[in-house]
Amino acid sequence: MTKLIVTQSGDRDLIVTRVFNAPRALVFKALAEPALVQRWMLGPPGWTMPVCEIDLRPGGKFRYVWRNTAGVDMGMGGTYLEVEPPARTVHEEIFEEDWTGGRTRITTLLAEVGGITTMTMTIEYASPEGRAQALATPMLDGMESGYSTLDTLLEAMSQPA
Amino acid sequence: MSLAAARLDTTFAALADPTRRAIIVRLAQGPASVGELAQPFAMSQPAISRHLKVLETAGLISGGKDAQRRPRRLEAQPLAEATAFLEAFRAFWETRFTELDQVLEDLKAQTNEGDVP
Repeated sequence: MTKLIVTQSGDRDLIVTRVFNAPRALVFKALAEPALVQRWMLGPPGWTMPVCEIDLRPGGKFRYVWRNTAGVDMGMGGTYLEVEPPARTVHEEIFEEDWTGGRTRITTLLAEVGGITTMTMTIEYASPEGRAQALATPMLDGMESGYSTLDTLLEAMSQPA
Repeated sequence: MSLAAARLDTTFAALADPTRRAIIVRLAQGPASVGELAQPFAMSQPAISRHLKVLETAGLISGGKDAQRRPRRLEAQPLAEATAFLEAFRAFWETRFTELDQVLEDLKAQTNEGDVP
């Protein structure tokens, strides 16, 4: 029931669909409150999210910063365009080290039936190249750097004191 | 754009057309000539050849060097790469949403206790 589905739509959209065993008011809350977002919106393995600021209203800004054990920061920020609790948000976001060729527009829809919520997130990249770049770069590079940091840490830990 | 992203973009662009996707599905069953590939479509051989050229440039098919007669065959590598990238993306989000499941369980427990307005 909770399987995540990723599909490509047109030449620059990705659609992410996931079912959650909770009413949408709670899902919306978990998407909007910084203390909750910090718990689940993980970066690559080994990264934490020390900065999470959300001003949830049309025109309001948000900013996330992930940090690895070497102190390297990876930031993302953006603006909410539409906010309709608990059903829908539209926002634009961009990584501070822009690797997706400009701003990405994300429409998040929450539909509830009998306490079960289906989230549909449409991610619209600035261009087909941006989508390809997003798929090819941040996850793999980020995960690789996360793993190599972990390797370094494990190596340091296994050295005699 | 990185080399990997450029390759991925070429693959996605080649697969964005329904005729080209149908050709890929046909070739997944085995090699076929241009004539055989053109048959199910209401399309001239030159039109099919143009689609084949796009697929060949993207590295998705091979065998087209000897004009019309040589059978085209599917090259699995670019398709496998495109699938791997989508799978990595899916796995990344699934890891996040598994954590979100836990956050939601905690919120539900709190709601039942009446702690949350």
